[in-house]
Amino acid sequence: MSYGIAKKGHPVAGTIAWLTALVMFFPIAWMLLASFKTEVQAVQTPPLVIFKPTLINYRDIFAEADYLHFAWNSVAISVGSTILTLIVGVPAAFAMAFYPTKSTRGILLWMLSTKMLPAVGVLVPIYLLCRDLGLLDSLTALIVINMLSNLPIAVWMLFTFFRDLPKDIIEASRIDGANLRQVLVHVLLPLVMPGIASTALLGIILCWNEAFWSLNLTAHNAAPLTAFIASFSAPQGLFWAKLSAASVLAIAPILIFGWISQKQLVSGLTFGAVK
Amino acid sequence: MSATPMTAGGPQASGAQARTAKKRPGGGVKTFPLMAPSVGLLLIWMIVPLAMTLYFAFRRYNLLNPMIHGWAGINNFKYLIEDPALLHSLVVSVIIVVGVIAITIVLGSILAAVFNMPFFGQGVARVLMISPFFVMPTVSALVWKNLLLDPVDGLLAAIFRMVGLRPIAWFSVFPLGSIMVILCWEWLPYAFLILFTALQSMDEEQLEAARLDGATAVDIFINIQLPHMARAISVTIMIEMIFLLSVFAEIYVTTAGGPGYATTNLTFLIYQRALLAFNVGGASAAGVIAIILANIVSFFLTKNVGKRLEV
Repeated sequence: MSYGIAKKGHPVAGTIAWLTALVMFFPIAWMLLASFKTEVQAVQTPPLVIFKPTLINYRDIFAEADYLHFAWNSVAISVGSTILTLIVGVPAAFAMAFYPTKSTRGILLWMLSTKMLPAVGVLVPIYLLCRDLGLLDSLTALIVINMLSNLPIAVWMLFTFFRDLPKDIIEASRIDGANLRQVLVHVLLPLVMPGIASTALLGIILCWNEAFWSLNLTAHNAAPLTAFIASFSAPQGLFWAKLSAASVLAIAPILIFGWISQKQLVSGLTFGAVK
Repeated sequence: MSATPMTAGGPQASGAQARTAKKRPGGGVKTFPLMAPSVGLLLIWMIVPLAMTLYFAFRRYNLLNPMIHGWAGINNFKYLIEDPALLHSLVVSVIIVVGVIAITIVLGSILAAVFNMPFFGQGVARVLMISPFFVMPTVSALVWKNLLLDPVDGLLAAIFRMVGLRPIAWFSVFPLGSIMVILCWEWLPYAFLILFTALQSMDEEQLEAARLDGATAVDIFINIQLPHMARAISVTIMIEMIFLLSVFAEIYVTTAGGPGYATTNLTFLIYQRALLAFNVGGASAAGVIAIILANIVSFFLTKNVGKRLEV
């Protein structure tokens, strides 16, 4: 009988699950809907559900060069810092997974603990350092800070991937006369590409949505989308349709990245404690 | 949860160790250059700002007034502790952390069990369910503040009017509650995703056996699934704690800490002191307190993770 349930599906569980899922997704759906309304329709009572969709908000947002400026900043920060993270993190994760020493465990846990340092605890010194180095409102500062705060997560995630690889393959290639660099580039890299890709994806997601440093260290020049969206926090009823359109564009790529990588995210977000 | 690496990890790990040991005399692999950049950068990232925060915490330092300088001794801490705003912000922080964790863990574990049963369109429902976690905090805060909860033009206000009720100015009447709703919406998907993944690794046969013995879904949840998720729950709690202690964007965008100090948590208080009042000394002292608090949490988290870490 229970086998039958497993085959056919569970109607009660299905109903509860779908209801919850729809409730959880509703704010996003409502925002998507609002992005296709005119500004007047967006604040209309009773709320409009069926209407003639317009693309005017999207057109306006692209017409204002500003949106692209902020979007570009988001791309530059997430991609830049993720690449840097990988350049620094991959060798370390490789070394720890393949040539563990007595201190490896300690180093990994120490790296995890640096991630626990609350950003606000170092807000003042970072702000002052950036001011003195002329890095306030600069992409460089945000790229470096994002890279440093994601490095522990990246190393952990990569370490988990490297550790689960067959170690013998390295032995074999080294016996064949390959040096460490050759092993790394020609033998291992292709094997671990999926791991590196999901680490990169998680890095991009985290950077893209990072708000604390973006809000505190940027004004306009280096402001990413998180900060740009915050500027819509103006009086009620103003530009809601435009806010919705800008938000939809801002979250769409990351939402898709998140859907693709949900499995790997779990091991990354729990430091390998759950997978 | 980690059944596979647990069984395979032991011999594998010791094998790797043996190989390393064997190779080292032959001038084999030097891992130092590979490790150095990561370790070095993180060391700087950890020590320099920390040392500066500590230093400033004992200085008299105001960015607007260069006449104020010199050592403050423990005065910054004394003023801070005498300041009712600090205690209040700590209470706000604790309410946010405890409330949001309790709600997300309870609902998250129930939903994980519900989603663990097969039903039509499970994959799609799961994707919809976890979506809010990937929405940037400023967007989630504004969608809730404007589109949904606004007392004049928000969706909820419209619905209230349609059924003849007076719309409520949520962020004025229930400021902290409103912010917690946003936070739960963001973090329930996270708790759900982790706990669901943990459940998926469970042995189906055990559930089958329980079902054959006549156990109801609730029995199974309480007696089998909940214990199975225990470790995932503890990790989720601690990671949420770390992130929820430093909630910032949601408050910044919606209430800016108000009304009064109603939604000023420790993070927001430090931000106000540092970048709005330019009181570097006071803000740093509060920063030291934030670091100490986070360290207590991180100690347990690190221990918990470390227990399961196979190198």
